[in-house]
Amino acid sequence: MRASISAVFLSCVVLAGCASPGLRGTGDLGVVIERATGSVQILDTTHHTSLARVEGLGDLSHASVSYSRDERYAYVFGRDGGLTKVDVLARRIDRRIVQSGNSIGGAISPDGTLVAVANYEPGGVKVFDANDLSLVADIPAVGANGKRSKVVGLVDAPGHRFVFSLYDAGEIWVADMHDPKQPVLHKFQDIGKEPYDGMITSDGRFYVAGLFGEDGVALLDLWNLDAGVKRALVEFGRHGEKLPVFKMPHLEGWAATGNQVVLPAVGQHEVIIADQNTWKEIARVPVAGQAVFAVARPDGRQVWINFALPDNDTVQVLDLPSRRIVKTLKPGKGVLHLEFSPRGEQVWLSVRDENRIDIYDPDTFTRIGSLPAESPSGIFFTPRAHRIGL
Amino acid sequence: MVPSRCFDDCSQQEHMRTLLTVGIMIAATSTATLADSPYLSHDRQSELIRLVRQDCGSCHGMRLTGGLGPALTPEALQDKPAAALLSTILHGRPGTPMPPWNNFLSESEAAWIVDALQKGFPDAR
Repeated sequence: MRASISAVFLSCVVLAGCASPGLRGTGDLGVVIERATGSVQILDTTHHTSLARVEGLGDLSHASVSYSRDERYAYVFGRDGGLTKVDVLARRIDRRIVQSGNSIGGAISPDGTLVAVANYEPGGVKVFDANDLSLVADIPAVGANGKRSKVVGLVDAPGHRFVFSLYDAGEIWVADMHDPKQPVLHKFQDIGKEPYDGMITSDGRFYVAGLFGEDGVALLDLWNLDAGVKRALVEFGRHGEKLPVFKMPHLEGWAATGNQVVLPAVGQHEVIIADQNTWKEIARVPVAGQAVFAVARPDGRQVWINFALPDNDTVQVLDLPSRRIVKTLKPGKGVLHLEFSPRGEQVWLSVRDENRIDIYDPDTFTRIGSLPAESPSGIFFTPRAHRIGL
Repeated sequence: MVPSRCFDDCSQQEHMRTLLTVGIMIAATSTATLADSPYLSHDRQSELIRLVRQDCGSCHGMRLTGGLGPALTPEALQDKPAAALLSTILHGRPGTPMPPWNNFLSESEAAWIVDALQKGFPDAR
């Protein structure tokens, strides 16, 4: 027994693939996208360090990440249709394919066996085996208008389903993956103009697509598909004088905090607090600019908000009980994303134009750490592995 | 240079004047090389390259091969009149997510971007 253990240890040393010394978990790890260089760094939230840089992930000018359920592998969805499976323990690329010309994001199935990618070109969803990235199913997004559509807002949902929106066609599709090679599609048409992103509530019940082309959001109750897609928060969005939007808001960052969701308004310098059950607006809070991400601290007390140009040097903190902005921070130019540690005692910010990731204490709003990074954008910590819709 | 607000609601004459100015400007910039543009300092050019790659890149891709917005490669733009592209940059395209950039860019800067896009946009330096 002892001999075989030392043999394994020796082979690790010899192969040098086992870059991490000794055993360790991955629950305090994550990755940050370095968008200009096509690389990611592997981050450690316990020690506030970067463990490694992994290169060769292609065009990451837009990228998102889903994690395997063992929190070991990060599936990185890149702009150029690249799907890269990064081993965060061995700190290297495990597998990489280029599966389309242009993609926007992806999702992993609840059981962790399937990885789905939302594609712009050619428009549709491709589903891959999470283990070896072989193609399992191809779902071309041809809308009722007969044209192929860009796909946005792809999420996993309970019941072995993927849900996504067709940007050009204005549709929401639910794909039942019980037979992975033969997805059963449930299509909802005329859901509204230009759904630009989608999210699912943390309980997995409601799928919400934000609409760019008209007011309100499209809402689908996944517990009751027969009820169809309804319009909600019609007052939400571009009423009154609309302001230009220099960067699309992201809905994945919509903060779902208990019974409330906090949404960036589109074309208004406001965030909207809405009731998650009735989908009625509760309050509007003026903020510094066009909100991009509104991210709740895991306890739901605070929501941290970043902004599009020209206010992308600013982060504001909304105190939910009082519905007031309690802090305005200026971390530097190009704050693109923020991510809390699982229990919310620290929040990490990517500051693109300063080539830095900053770490803040959300109780005192003080900077407690900083790491160099090349044009950092999305920050994704491994506990996302266990959250529906991420 | 203060960008003209003339777009949909301006007089025909004003519009013509804008187009004429733009035409002259584009003709002027196309004969100059990127490095010695008479209109823009080297630093400003670097800022514009960064803006296009990073911020336009949010929708059009950092490699400008398209995203939610269309591709901005020389091939994709070859049949598009420069004046129309300039107008799109400065004033946006109503009914689409393309916003007006005239609070960030002067007309000559937008013309420089159009010219650079049609030639093949430089990498960040």
